[in-house]
Amino acid sequence: MTATGAAIVADNLRKTFGEVVAVDHISLEVPRGSVLGMLGVNGAGKTTMVRMLATVLKPDSGRAMVHGFDVVEHPQAVRRSIGLAGQSAAVDENLTGRENLVLVGRLTHLSKSTARQRADALLDQFGLADAGNRPVRTYSGGMRRRLDLGAALVAHPPVLFLDEPTTGLDPASRLDLWGVIETLVADGTTVLLTTQYLEEADRLADNIVVVDKGLIAAEGSAKQLKDRLGDTVIEFEFATSSVASSAAVALGSSVAAATIVRVVMSNGSVTLRDALNLLAAAEIVPSHVALREPTLDDVFLTLTHSSPIGGAAGATA
Amino acid sequence: MSVDVPRRNDGFVWAVRDTLAMIGRNLTVIRRVPQLLVFSFVQPLIFVFMFRYVFGGAIKVPGGSYVDYLMPGVFVQTVAFGAINTAIGLAEDKNKGLLERLQSLPMSRSAVLAGRVLADTIRNVLIVSLMLVVGTMVGFHTHTNALKVAAGVALMVLFGLALCWLFALIGLAVPNGEAAQAAAFPLFAPLVFASSAFVDPRTMPGWLRWWAERQPVSIAAKGVRALMLGGPQFPMDYVWASIAWSLGISAVLAPLAVRKFRRT
Ligand SMILES: Nc1ncnc2c1ncn2[C@@H]1O[C@H](COP(=O)(O)OP(=O)(O)OP(=O)(O)O)[C@@H](O)[C@H]1O
Ligand SMILES: [Mg+2]
Repeated sequence: MTATGAAIVADNLRKTFGEVVAVDHISLEVPRGSVLGMLGVNGAGKTTMVRMLATVLKPDSGRAMVHGFDVVEHPQAVRRSIGLAGQSAAVDENLTGRENLVLVGRLTHLSKSTARQRADALLDQFGLADAGNRPVRTYSGGMRRRLDLGAALVAHPPVLFLDEPTTGLDPASRLDLWGVIETLVADGTTVLLTTQYLEEADRLADNIVVVDKGLIAAEGSAKQLKDRLGDTVIEFEFATSSVASSAAVALGSSVAAATIVRVVMSNGSVTLRDALNLLAAAEIVPSHVALREPTLDDVFLTLTHSSPIGGAAGATA
Repeated sequence: MSVDVPRRNDGFVWAVRDTLAMIGRNLTVIRRVPQLLVFSFVQPLIFVFMFRYVFGGAIKVPGGSYVDYLMPGVFVQTVAFGAINTAIGLAEDKNKGLLERLQSLPMSRSAVLAGRVLADTIRNVLIVSLMLVVGTMVGFHTHTNALKVAAGVALMVLFGLALCWLFALIGLAVPNGEAAQAAAFPLFAPLVFASSAFVDPRTMPGWLRWWAERQPVSIAAKGVRALMLGGPQFPMDYVWASIAWSLGISAVLAPLAVRKFRRT
């Protein structure tokens, strides 16, 4: 394996689709047995990154090693070491849950009996034992998602790629899945997961990279990222969303939710007094002011300069 | 590289096993949703009844019996339409993300396409066999021996296989099954209808006749007639010509489809 003991190493990976630069250049390292959480807004390039590492897409340039194998030079060796649960549940509607898992086992070149045993074990583990002999056509979205995750685990892969694994799961299933991932990691599995849920990254990921427009905007542990933002977040609430968006302009921030604007007090450059003075100068009066610890959401919104749909953009348009 | 690459598992034996696994998977749908097979059977059935009983009386063909002339044309049309399944199947697998999963597995790269194309070929054999029975029921008679009739079936299935590669290429290029179906139809007008499958091209205007006598669907239909009907109208030359077309189409399009699959 590599000298650093990293299970996944990407060195300046790049992928374009015609004019669209999906991944500009991204380098990362995931130590063996750890979890890397990849955060980013829609279209940031997360799925493209996962696809290149999982040998589904060939990078335009750059290099990547997974479990010690080059993804371009030795893709089959990489494939023997990974499990991939892509963004959409990749299961065959016309096969039963069990048949889907057995098929993956057979195509991973397990023996027939091992493939069957694995299928049964995984159906149990993901709470699908009762539905195992039904065609997937009859499954709910969450059941498909769980089956898909099971399919990624068929061959006990040492490296797992999970692209938004808990999207579409109910809260109980999400907690279950987090438990499954934690168990796998405790047993030495390396996981790269993308997620839209910052809480998920906060709980599972040892390290986080924030991807923005195909580049890494920030990386570090959840704590390091929060620390970077400074100690405290000031949260202003305004009467209407149009007032909020004018306030966001005055404060040089963006609207976080319909009527809420957050300002990060980073290293004393913005103090509460400064912020209130700026609002006073713009003749805006907040209806509510609160101070609190920064969350990963604040990190994310600050780094990607994004605001939820219907926020600032909608109000000022 | 300082690490050892494990034993290559993508040898020929694995390619065959993976292909068989994929064929099994692709054929399961016939057991689970038999209606789909019935639908693909209904369409040629309608053609048989339309041409046999509605237009048949007005159509003159060389060598006498129209139903004998018609059925080989319908068979070829049936395998051609059956090949659309390849495009729909692949496009849907791509749409659902299934191709992505398969591409991340250590399976043989060629098994995905081979499994698709061969499953659709088996399906074609099934449908054509049923159509032979239907033909007999509406008065179709072969004038050669059983061996030649079987060779006729093989000839059209080989032609269907060639078209499967064409549709594999289309299936990989479009985003979903509906788009695959929509892309297939414009191909069929010039290939299946402007052909000698249903009528004698000598009744067509000159430019159309030129095309209808030379294009591969017509050649395949004539080849099947040569094997099932025989006689001076349909010399064995057409059989060789059709085999050449089918092998030629496959030889060009299969590698293109495989390349496209590896690049998606
Ligand atoms: N096959 C493709 N063809 C063309 N463009 C693509 C393709 N795949 C991705 N893109 C583009 O590349 C960019 C990055 O897409 P990607 O799917 O990697 O984003 P993402 O971070 O996974 O987003 P999301 O959170 O919505 O899943 C987007 O602009 C997308 O439109
Ligand atoms: Mg994505």
